[in-house]
Amino acid sequence: MSSPDPAFSTDLAALAARLRLFLPPHCLLLGEEDLRPYECDGLTAYRELPLAVCLPETEAQVIDILRTCHSLGVPVVARGAGTGLSGGAMPHAQGVVLSLARFNKILRVDRAARLAVVQPGVRNLAVSEAAAPYGLYYAPDPSSQIACTLGGNVAENSGGVHCLKYGLTVHNVLRIRVVSIEGEAFEIGSEAPDAAGYDLLALLIGSEGMLGVVTEVTVKLVPKPELAQVVMASFADVAKAGDAVAAIIAAGIIPAGLEMMDKAATAAVEPFVKAGYDMNAEAILLCESDGTPEEVAEEIARVTEVLNAAGANEIRVSQSEAERLRFWAGRKAAFPAVGRITPDYYCMDGTIPRKRLAEMLSSIAAMETKYGLRCANVFHAGDGNLHPLIMYDASQPGDWERAEAFGAEILELSVALGGSITGEHGVGIEKINQMCVQYATPEIEAFHRVKAAFDETGLLNPGKAVPSLHRCAEYGRMHVHHGDVKFPELERF
Amino acid sequence: MQLDTIVSAVKAACESRTPLRIRGAGSKDFYGGLLAGEVLDVSGHCGIVAYEPTELYITAKGGTPLAEVEATLAEKGQMLAFEPPHFAGATVGGCVAAGLSGPRRQQAGAVRDFVLGVKLVDGTGQMLSFGGQVMKNVAGYDVSRLIAGSLGTLGVIAEVTLKVLPRPVAETTLVFACDATEAIRRLNDWGGQPLPISASFWHDGQLWLRLSGARAAVEAATSKLGGNSTVNPEKHWNSIREQTHPAFAASPLWRLALPSTAPCPELDGLRAIEWGGALRWYAGEVDGDHQAVRVAAASLGGHAVLYRAPESLRCLDGAFAELPPALLALHRRLKKAFDPQGILNPGRLYAEF
Repeated sequence: MSSPDPAFSTDLAALAARLRLFLPPHCLLLGEEDLRPYECDGLTAYRELPLAVCLPETEAQVIDILRTCHSLGVPVVARGAGTGLSGGAMPHAQGVVLSLARFNKILRVDRAARLAVVQPGVRNLAVSEAAAPYGLYYAPDPSSQIACTLGGNVAENSGGVHCLKYGLTVHNVLRIRVVSIEGEAFEIGSEAPDAAGYDLLALLIGSEGMLGVVTEVTVKLVPKPELAQVVMASFADVAKAGDAVAAIIAAGIIPAGLEMMDKAATAAVEPFVKAGYDMNAEAILLCESDGTPEEVAEEIARVTEVLNAAGANEIRVSQSEAERLRFWAGRKAAFPAVGRITPDYYCMDGTIPRKRLAEMLSSIAAMETKYGLRCANVFHAGDGNLHPLIMYDASQPGDWERAEAFGAEILELSVALGGSITGEHGVGIEKINQMCVQYATPEIEAFHRVKAAFDETGLLNPGKAVPSLHRCAEYGRMHVHHGDVKFPELERF
Repeated sequence: MQLDTIVSAVKAACESRTPLRIRGAGSKDFYGGLLAGEVLDVSGHCGIVAYEPTELYITAKGGTPLAEVEATLAEKGQMLAFEPPHFAGATVGGCVAAGLSGPRRQQAGAVRDFVLGVKLVDGTGQMLSFGGQVMKNVAGYDVSRLIAGSLGTLGVIAEVTLKVLPRPVAETTLVFACDATEAIRRLNDWGGQPLPISASFWHDGQLWLRLSGARAAVEAATSKLGGNSTVNPEKHWNSIREQTHPAFAASPLWRLALPSTAPCPELDGLRAIEWGGALRWYAGEVDGDHQAVRVAAASLGGHAVLYRAPESLRCLDGAFAELPPALLALHRRLKKAFDPQGILNPGRLYAEF
């Protein structure tokens, strides 16, 4: 689907011959039917067939693959489980997909030091499962945690319901082992805090596979709270629900999770999960408290008081673990539930200051009319990360284009409201144009200099995450840029 | 002081290749490599730009005194959870550049964990803005966090946005008598349990433990852990944060960051243990074998910083542990990406750049 990239032209026969020197046959896929499953990640609207897929089993093979690609000038796209939602792992037509699926071992769980050393192809949930016997768990919990891998989490700096209180991937990774495009392995961070020199860990985490290939990750484990309970509150007005979120924070409470669903989302999920949501509510808030039983009781009482004062219509507190999970089931299943009522949906990922929530939602309602498409909203209310689900039908001509334009407008409004075009899904190929809206030329140039410091010839995941200035200039013709504000009526930071 | 003044000073220095020594309050002049270059005083570029208590962030110009930031937060019952030291009048820019965190780091995280956005003047005098004011933002490389602890070598911090947190409702401090080995064992054992431990400090046979959180949680943990309560705990923790406690009165003073479970290195002069066992302070003799300290720390999976020392010793082999060649090469290239002429705080982090 993408236009051909004139920067690369690969001699497949020569590449395959070199790869066969060190990769056994079962580690190298070349036939079209074998390559097809790799043509996209979780964002299926963007597809591309790679020339080859490598499935290395050792770090030495990773090093050899990268050395080979570096010497032949072949693009490399690293890939985990492919659950990403921004096309970050979409292959390059002239390149190799480097799948880390076989790096699936948990190497060490250290109970006393509260850490785990894992390979990048280990699933997020598997880390918590391995830590559970010690009363520990890995805090970042993206909704896809049953399938997504730690390597992908590092690439995207994944978040999840718990990240308001426990932080993102960047706050929970202690050390990574990385192979550079030249095939040199090195380690960043350590089990000791505050490693010497620049904080390259922060730079690598969330870099979308553009700076190096991760072959090992050491994560922090935290004690599992004794108890978790959730308060569910329904509101007759979305703005009131948004204000309630601010009021909880203002009261000095940082809940373990604070999530919101609008009426369209509730209507989609209730028949699916039967969680007992208030179908008349314009918005439902889920607020989780965790800690010792005493602590949870105290926090729940305070949250309930705040929610009442904020005008909640109905408040329910989970009375058992089963009920808590049921309250969450709808929020967690929002994506598949929406998938049942529409042939296709397009999930967005903007972040805004919480106080602009009502404004954003009323703008999205107006966009539904403008584009003639429905949209359900679920979001991490505690940190202002929205996931509008734009419903469309890919078989209808023009539907996808309208969905894409709808999504772009939401992202650009996120920037105008003082937020970001992505909170946790990454830029990938999907939001590459909107990068030109969020960042001006000097910053984009600086990003390119950072990229060049790690990957001078630009072979790692080319065309993703950071747009070329040429691309921004072209996009700028269609969209008003920084200096010339798109929503002049809105107050800016 | 206008930002323009800083920008034109950096531009002029870039053209004439004049090294600049960025200075806020100078409270951390003792830290890192030796000072060099013409002083670029940024303390006049100060003031709080934005503070949104319900959005949990504060934005301040680089020269703003930390004390002013913290007083503003305190009015709304909030704090900088990483408890940075003030020493003598530290500024928010210097706080981020130095990357030093205080006692609460073991629970809340380090400076870098709270940086949401920065505005920088790079080494060519160009203004750059990274990150922002929202908690979740993965658009572009996370340059804001890279700036934390970079000691002014990548840019002059013009403005910074920090995540803030509510102050805990309740706090109590317990004291236990034990030796260093026992302290490390206990801290790691407690660390694996859901206890609201927000700071720890061992010195001279006494282990102090601070509990913070909901009143009920602090009370429950107090009765579970035992120990004795102490008088004036706030003064005590402040003396650790500001390093006025006698434990830090040594020169040279070594700061060893180690895996929290690492045994005590076979070195003389253990002064204090912080951060659940992960931070150890040692006094060393000027004429002693200072390489032995670095070797001991590295063999345990950590690293040693020559934290406070006479100039002669800091000259000898720098304040920070040497980097492996691959990492040093990356550091050089990143430095060049932001400061091509190498004029910003040269030698402050590593002698090479």
